[in-house]
Amino acid sequence: MAAACLRLVWLAPLLLGLVDGGRAEPPRDALREELVITPLPSGDVAATFQFRTRWDSDLQREEVSHYRLFPKALGQLISKYSLRELHLSFTQGFWRTRYWGPPFLQAPSGAELWVWFQDTVTDVDKSWKELSNVLSGIFCASLNFIDSTNTVTPTASFKPLGLANGTDHYFLRYAVLPREVVCTENLTPWKKLLPCSSKAGLSVLLKADRLFHTSYHSQAVHIRPVCRNARCTSISWELRQTLSVVYDAFVTGQGKKDWSLFRMFSRTLTEPCPLASESRVYVDVTSYNQDNETLEVHPTPTTTYQDVTLGTQKTYAVYDLLDTAVINNSRNLNLQFKWKSPPENGYVHYQPAQDRLQPHLLEMLIQLPANSATKVSIQFERALLKWTEYTPDPNHGFYVSPSVLSALVPSMVAAKPVDWEESPLFKSLYPVSDSSSYFVRLYTEPLLVNLPTPDFSMPYNVICLTCTVVAVCYGSFYNLLTRTFHIEEPSTGGLAKWLANLIRRARGVPPL
Amino acid sequence: MVAACLPRERLRPLAGWLLLLSVGSVAAGRIEDQTEQFFRSGHTNNWAVLVCTSRFWFNYRHVANTLSVYRSVKRLGIPDSHIVLMLADDMACNPRNPKPATVFSHKNMELNVYGDDVEVDYRSYEVTVENFLRVLTGRIPSSTPRSKRLLSDDRSNILIYMTGHGGNGFLKFQDSEEITNIELADAFEQMWQKRRYNELLFIIDTCQGASMYERFYSPNIMALASSQVGEDSLSHQPDPAIGVHLMDRYTFYVLEFLEEINPASQTNMNDLVCPRSLCVSTPGHRTDLFQRDPKNVLITDFFGSVRKVEITTDTISLQPDLEITESSYKKDRMDEELMEPLKYAEQLPVAQIIHQKPKLKDWHPPGGFILGLWALIIMVFFKTYGIKHMKFIF
Repeated sequence: MAAACLRLVWLAPLLLGLVDGGRAEPPRDALREELVITPLPSGDVAATFQFRTRWDSDLQREEVSHYRLFPKALGQLISKYSLRELHLSFTQGFWRTRYWGPPFLQAPSGAELWVWFQDTVTDVDKSWKELSNVLSGIFCASLNFIDSTNTVTPTASFKPLGLANGTDHYFLRYAVLPREVVCTENLTPWKKLLPCSSKAGLSVLLKADRLFHTSYHSQAVHIRPVCRNARCTSISWELRQTLSVVYDAFVTGQGKKDWSLFRMFSRTLTEPCPLASESRVYVDVTSYNQDNETLEVHPTPTTTYQDVTLGTQKTYAVYDLLDTAVINNSRNLNLQFKWKSPPENGYVHYQPAQDRLQPHLLEMLIQLPANSATKVSIQFERALLKWTEYTPDPNHGFYVSPSVLSALVPSMVAAKPVDWEESPLFKSLYPVSDSSSYFVRLYTEPLLVNLPTPDFSMPYNVICLTCTVVAVCYGSFYNLLTRTFHIEEPSTGGLAKWLANLIRRARGVPPL
Repeated sequence: MVAACLPRERLRPLAGWLLLLSVGSVAAGRIEDQTEQFFRSGHTNNWAVLVCTSRFWFNYRHVANTLSVYRSVKRLGIPDSHIVLMLADDMACNPRNPKPATVFSHKNMELNVYGDDVEVDYRSYEVTVENFLRVLTGRIPSSTPRSKRLLSDDRSNILIYMTGHGGNGFLKFQDSEEITNIELADAFEQMWQKRRYNELLFIIDTCQGASMYERFYSPNIMALASSQVGEDSLSHQPDPAIGVHLMDRYTFYVLEFLEEINPASQTNMNDLVCPRSLCVSTPGHRTDLFQRDPKNVLITDFFGSVRKVEITTDTISLQPDLEITESSYKKDRMDEELMEPLKYAEQLPVAQIIHQKPKLKDWHPPGGFILGLWALIIMVFFKTYGIKHMKFIF
């Protein structure tokens, strides 16, 4: 009881101190938040959040006790373990560069932790072990399984990403835990490190039930020293929290390729974070879709940003949440973008096969571009038929009917209109309506497929073998166990003997 | 008697005084009851240790059991820093979960017990018998973070909930090891000897759960189990979309009971009963080691965290301390002009990498084992072939 009221009393001086301290000196930390939405070539959408807190303070030289935007848990970690850089990521899934293009920042599946310690650290391995234990408590992950068996000291890669005046790789440690799972329990402490938590700004979009229903989810924390200004004479600490997710067009989008913030996150943006100096949403509107689709973004952006990113020229639509015109009288911002495809000028008809009823039928109308080669291929699997369905010569194979190509080929020379009765017979095979092109029908070769053939003599072999075994083994035992022996009088011969005796008596020979 | 001596005009204020006195005595009686209620249980803080010991997707219901108790306990006031949650497998983000980041307790996905604000302290491979016993007894390696420790004292009421697959006298952890009822009883005795709890409520939801509390011998422990020895605890209902059973019956009805409780409710432990018609198995309980009568024990004594707060009306004024903050800022400004410009490191300095020499490992003298082995070999050689060979060696 006494402890409880003492607690109330202690809170008061801290509050008063904060109020007056705020007026005495300018703020020394700044928050910038950013969301980049990239529609991917395959119809999926990638969203990358970045929250960056820059703190103009040198933690190594002064004792800091007042934390404003920079989280205290991480600030104390930097000073206690003399960290120079810390990079920790949790990822679920794999970034498919072939379908999605190059990523901004990729992370390996599982948990990855790499740390540069300061030159003043004497026992790097001990600090590394303690650091991984502390981080496992902060992020609710099994990082305490990091030990010498899965830690390496890279000698050439993983150079520091921040300011560095010497790179002795002795102070670098790297470990990956591929079995680590990412779930809401890792997202919750990550969100609590943000200055606005999940109450305002871009972090209201971070709802776990949507963020984990994705093909790729990666959240990371990066701490490094950066230049405070252009002259770069003093150090600031930068904390970046990044979160990348990729929404699948078919799983979350139900096959449609139009997206909105509400569809992706089940939330819309209402207000910027009051603690942020910058809060922006960038949408990649470069049209590079090979289907010749154009991207339409609604509401129309007020500004665009063009730059060379990852090697290619990209255009971004910019929405600044701090600009009052963006979040206007509707009080919320729901970005919508969809792919507008040009009208279809192709035709595909596919009728799948039904076993023992009808075959596959595939018809396609294709426009072949000039000076090119087009390849159409179909995959199939070979199956076993019922043993009565095989032909008497199954090792010959089974035939697949040839494909048909009907083409309208442009003619080099304009042809004269054909009079069927006057012209020779070879000119009137196909009716021609247009003199600039001629019709031709071509066939491919039939395909001979070797189906897996069973050994047809096997049923006979099995019956023989089984019957032999049953007869020999079981039969012998059955006889041994059930055969009883009776003593029998020899028979007197019966009718045959009597007849034989009759004949012998007639001959005069002694009887049997 | 006083009224007879005094004149009439003083009678009315005196009557007023008498009335006040009587009211005061009645009020004092009520205050006494209230203060007695105040100090009824004798604990000042609450802790909870919630353990799910089963792995694999078909044991979804054990994770849902533990998370529903976690949810109730958090709702009734115990903060995350006082809860040690151990889940042996990840169901919410399991690839087989049709709704990721959710764990449901009722079919048709009515109640998501996983929520948005969950903190799991021990997860996946960390849920072992050794870690569980270390958490209970406090014998934890020094590098363990604070959220993974049970920092209870002698005025803590602890709720321990365990669920999984069990048998007569043991509980299975992750399909690879077991904890026996004797080990558990000894762990509780260690806790008592080190005064790590004031009162302890032990709930277990496994098959033959009553066998786990048979061997307890430390005071102030109340135990509840979902089934007797020789009985199985049954699961409640499957969900056709998720494809597994969502909860066990006993915990399902405990959750339904706890949803009605709020931090101010006065229901006691005797109301926490699951009738046989609903639970099918016979829940058991053990209260002989507990010093209070169960009907005086409030549910919130263990499941909630009811803080006793005394509000003071005195005002205290304090002077803010500005000198410290100003001096540090000035010192920083002075240092700025002295340093030369810093630069970022090159990410892939090819020339430097090619020409760097591989570092030689430091030479360490051979350890005692190697020396001892060689000494043994040499001794055996000389014993076999005789000491005369020595003069050729040395």
